[in-house]
Amino acid sequence: MKCDFCDQKATVFLTQLVEGQMKKVCLCESCAQEKGVTDPTGFSLADMLMSGTPSSALIGAPAFVKTRGSGAKKCPNCGFSADDLNRVRRFGCSECFQVFRPEVDLILRGMHQGNVHCGKIPKGFEEIHARDEKLEELRGKLEEAITLEHYEDAAQLRDEIRQLETPKPTAPQP
Amino acid sequence: MMRFSTLIRHPADWMIGGAVDNAVVLTSRIRLARNLHLAPFPGWATAEQRRHAMEQMLPVIQELKPMKDAFAQSLSGLTAVQKQVLVERHLISREHAARTEGSAAVIERRQSLSIMVNEEDHLRMQSIRPGLSLSVAYDALSEVDDELQQHLTFAFDRKLGFLTTCPTNLGTGLRASAMLHLPALVLSDQIGQVLNAIGRMGLAVRGLYGEGTESLGNLYQISNQSTLGESELQIIERLERVIGQVALHESNARLKLLEDDALMLRDKMGRSFGILQHAWLIDSKEALNHLSLLRLGANLGFFPQETVRLCDNLLMEIQPAHLQLHCGMKLSPEQRDERRAQIIRSHLQNVPSPVMVSPQNKTLPFSDPPPPSEL
Repeated sequence: MKCDFCDQKATVFLTQLVEGQMKKVCLCESCAQEKGVTDPTGFSLADMLMSGTPSSALIGAPAFVKTRGSGAKKCPNCGFSADDLNRVRRFGCSECFQVFRPEVDLILRGMHQGNVHCGKIPKGFEEIHARDEKLEELRGKLEEAITLEHYEDAAQLRDEIRQLETPKPTAPQP
Repeated sequence: MMRFSTLIRHPADWMIGGAVDNAVVLTSRIRLARNLHLAPFPGWATAEQRRHAMEQMLPVIQELKPMKDAFAQSLSGLTAVQKQVLVERHLISREHAARTEGSAAVIERRQSLSIMVNEEDHLRMQSIRPGLSLSVAYDALSEVDDELQQHLTFAFDRKLGFLTTCPTNLGTGLRASAMLHLPALVLSDQIGQVLNAIGRMGLAVRGLYGEGTESLGNLYQISNQSTLGESELQIIERLERVIGQVALHESNARLKLLEDDALMLRDKMGRSFGILQHAWLIDSKEALNHLSLLRLGANLGFFPQETVRLCDNLLMEIQPAHLQLHCGMKLSPEQRDERRAQIIRSHLQNVPSPVMVSPQNKTLPFSDPPPPSEL
């Protein structure tokens, strides 16, 4: 059997449970050294999968999500793709959860007690959320006012929007 | 800044039960996972992005009130043995110990609060307390979380809750767990039934040491699996209720053993005590199993009560990295066995041989407990 990383003969066979899935990696002596598999301080197969293990490591594991047609989908914030999701079964950044929402819903089926968060909410989140919704609404009205050439209303709406926007930036710091 | 040796010199607060009842439930632990909004998660980030995220988080963490004078160290600044000691003390995870540049650990001096920076998630924070006190541990950690949120924007979604690298942590990002000592349930062959019942309740249970279903030292960890769809309070209450019942079963099983066969117990205690006191080479497995019986014996009155604390301390001290840290050198397995035996002998030299305990002085908490299969 050949090493998953190079063409040498594999001598180290590693099996580990990652989220209840049996994952297997075959390594030659030098790749095993390099990946730190022999390091007694700890080694996580999940990390190795994250940093680009060939797909043979996933043989026997069912695809996480169907990628047909959506394989090209990428998170614009971090560049994480649906294929990456399939490979590592983890996400790249907070935006990924918007980009891959249909996949997320699929993944969550049966994983937890429920599908909707009903725990702690960050302080100020509700306020920011409410303000964002209000802004959205005002912007819609503004566009409408401009289309209808109600310029006095438009000016007033514009001021309202500005006032809402100024106190603190809407988007959290990247 | 606190030095590593200063941090480790003293046993953690939670390792010593003190006034808290830790006869069955040794410790309660709460872990929260948090990530920064928009910043790529540590596993996907470039080294530069990871460093940037760490530079954002570290100053805020060090400003936390409990973290004044805390131990704070980049993982690249720790030796392999030092990292392993932190793992053995449950202060960082095994996964975290495998990291170097761009990851850090901040640990409060009493070791009841620790924060991992750039583990699988940007932040993994945990709080540990002795005995069964998950809600106390959670309240303390939630306060830390609130304070961090004043300076950092965490990734959060209305429906999915706190966003985490792995979907198994979505929502509350909360993992609550307790470490239990269940020797009597093992001795009376009830452990299988109890573990099954816990599993059926959607909770995870595993041996603390050893692989698979085998548990060394009769130590088990029970934790929640689901993090989404229930509030933090609901998760913790359910866990505390189940753990409380398991602990009750264990207490009853201990007294039942004493009632049924005190002589058999005394014989077991005496043999374990003899081996621990006179061994010159002892491996982890053997040591853990005898210390487990000694701990049970101390709890039932065969040994002085303070022997429980001695055992808990030894459970920590005889682990491989702890042994090597104290010797200041790398030890071969055989050298470790020798060193381990030496430490155990010196700790136990003042413990008297087991005395006979009559079951009459002890009363069962409940004369007729429900069967273990109905937790």
